Amino acid sequence: MCLAIPALIKEIDGNRATADVGGAMREISLEIIDRTAEIGDYVLVHAGFAIHKLEEKEALETLELMRKVFGQ
Amino acid sequence: MKLSSAFRESDLARNIAANIARATTRRYNLMEFCGTHTVAIFRHGLRTLLPEEINLVSGPGCPVCVTSRSDMDRILFLADLPDTIVATYGDMMKVPGSGMSLSEKRARGADVRVVYSITDAVEIARANPASRVIFNAVGFETTAPSTAAVIRNARRESTDNFHILSLHKVTPPVVLALLEGGTAVDGFLCPGHVCSIIGSRPLEPVAGAYKKPCVVTGFEPADVLQGILMLVRQLEDGESRVDIEYTRGVRPEGNANALAAMDEVFCRVTSDWRGIGEVEATGLKLREEFASFDAEQFIDREIRSDPDPPGCQCGEVLRGEIKPTECALFAGACTPESPVGPCMVSSEGSCATYYQYAERTRK
Amino acid sequence: MSDVIKLSHGSGGEASRKLVEEVIAGYLKNEALDPLDDSAVLEVVGGRLAFTTDSYVVSPLFFPGGDIGSLAVHGTVNDLAMVGATPLALTLSFILEEGLPIDDLHRILASVRSACEEARVNVVAGDTKVVERGSGDGIFINTSGIGSIPAGVNISASNAAPGDVIILSGTIGDHGITVLSRREGMDFATSMESDSAPLGGMVEAMLKVTGSIHAMRDPTRGGLATSLNEIAAKSGVGLEIDEASIPVNPQVNDACDMLGFDVFYVANEGKLVAFVPAAEAPAVLAAIKSARYGENAAVIGRVVKENPGLVTLNTQVGGRRILSPLSGELLPRIC
Repeated sequence: MCLAIPALIKEIDGNRATADVGGAMREISLEIIDRTAEIGDYVLVHAGFAIHKLEEKEALETLELMRKVFGQ
Repeated sequence: MKLSSAFRESDLARNIAANIARATTRRYNLMEFCGTHTVAIFRHGLRTLLPEEINLVSGPGCPVCVTSRSDMDRILFLADLPDTIVATYGDMMKVPGSGMSLSEKRARGADVRVVYSITDAVEIARANPASRVIFNAVGFETTAPSTAAVIRNARRESTDNFHILSLHKVTPPVVLALLEGGTAVDGFLCPGHVCSIIGSRPLEPVAGAYKKPCVVTGFEPADVLQGILMLVRQLEDGESRVDIEYTRGVRPEGNANALAAMDEVFCRVTSDWRGIGEVEATGLKLREEFASFDAEQFIDREIRSDPDPPGCQCGEVLRGEIKPTECALFAGACTPESPVGPCMVSSEGSCATYYQYAERTRK
Repeated sequence: MSDVIKLSHGSGGEASRKLVEEVIAGYLKNEALDPLDDSAVLEVVGGRLAFTTDSYVVSPLFFPGGDIGSLAVHGTVNDLAMVGATPLALTLSFILEEGLPIDDLHRILASVRSACEEARVNVVAGDTKVVERGSGDGIFINTSGIGSIPAGVNISASNAAPGDVIILSGTIGDHGITVLSRREGMDFATSMESDSAPLGGMVEAMLKVTGSIHAMRDPTRGGLATSLNEIAAKSGVGLEIDEASIPVNPQVNDACDMLGFDVFYVANEGKLVAFVPAAEAPAVLAAIKSARYGENAAVIGRVVKENPGLVTLNTQVGGRRILSPLSGELLPRIC
């Protein structure tokens, strides 16, 4: 129901991380994320909290599906 | 990997739209439940890509819009207390209560500050130990877990001058309440980020008992169109399931960590949804062991609220019964500069969105 | 001199005199200002004068890419440039808050001086007042500017005509996002910089290749959408804008996504949008691109007869929507 955008984890310090949100470095919390994230992972960030670890595989699969099945 | 831009590609969107047109043989009313979807649909002009048979209706998915007048009056009461700082998300500043809005309170000397995140409010509490800081905690399941995490930390670190007025709400029961009241909606485009937290399972009763297809949808243009296509396909096939379009953001089981945090800190109570009324088990209240952080304790008297202003049709808009342009006050007495109801205040409210992106005339 | 501004600095006495003569005037030395008489005396050439005034209340005072001083100079000379005027002189008045560090004033004045040098204009008159602590935001600046408009140049928001091409001189949203990112409570580090810049040189280059710029605006508060709507309304024409051709810095896009802003409403301080007859467009675009600050210029749309006053956006996914003037305030939203 809210604005959350993908961010790339650059550094981790316990429950906090520094993430690259479209070129802007931001401190975020990993306290309530669903799966353990590591440096190099993409996460969805909402109001300073990571709420979901993005699986690149899933994202690319969806795109492929959209393009292949529903494409020209 | 530039995820967002891939899902914003023009050709992809056009193709999906073309497939929707091909698949649609009847008129369908699809409710997009989430304010962020309302804005995405308008911002990208998606209605102009859809066939006429698809009627998109906005639902009660904007947490600011469904905040009742009496809830507003409670936070306004707290703003007037001595040595008190109220921290709030920007959207709440202009929502009118019975008397005035938080913005007007600030103009009259109350210490009210806009924050982007609840952690900013905690910082304010740390920086002002002599003040009582009250955070106006609004939002659905996407936001409530962050509040829960912060409250846990506040207890651990004894940030005793930090409090919240919890106006958090949870959503699946309200969809059921809408359905029970009877609705012309054929299917639901469900909020992707709420479901990042709660998963898709809580929506099963909608598809199961009420036989309305649901598709959990992301927010890029291709996501929204794909979600609509998946709904149309279910409807055309006479099926009703909960499908996930937004697979990259949502798992059926949701986020157990976040749900556990919510459950540890909050219990469910009845809450008042503007335009819908009281719905059981949709409000989040701080549990007993966290009561010291609950700003309710400072409300020492009964707060009487005025009835909604005459002519305000926010309720009908929120239930998807009328479009904003059909409200008698739209763009006349009710504009973003002088809003009557919250649907015009919140930047994700249907009325504000129509006003900003589509039309400024009443029909 | 003390290290902070005191009330006595604004009272007209010795402290005031010292502040003006030893601090302020030092940065702004020029023939018209130096006598420090009650009024500056200027020789005026014949023709039309452009005359503008502005006030600057930006917070924070210092941000990546500029400060309130450079902002004030750029904003004023740009208002002159938007009607085709070459700046002749500026005034600069300060309302200082008691307690403002004098070092901050030095920084701001140095910035004013550099900005004036680049814009090739002098500050010829000014005023300084001091208000009590708590009554101001550190410093408020008011300016006015006069410029001379070359004969035959008639640029006005009312002159846009169907068939005109709309050219934007560069990326939008840079200033607003930069300033917002520096405000308390908006803690995200970004390498974004304000685009605050003087556009006189760019306009000069444009006027060299064409005598018929119809309308022009620098989209500041309220963003590009507001300026486009103003011109559409005043000229009684419709505008069609192509979202895909709008230059936007990816960092600005992402910040807007995160905060829920629509980049069309975010402030700019170093950009212009120009309406020129179709035949002149290629030459004008080339002139802007080869001018300083114009490297990302692009054609973003056209003027049409239909729907006068309405600005329509062809979205990047092929839909259409209306680009209205800003309603309400640009508040960061969460949900």
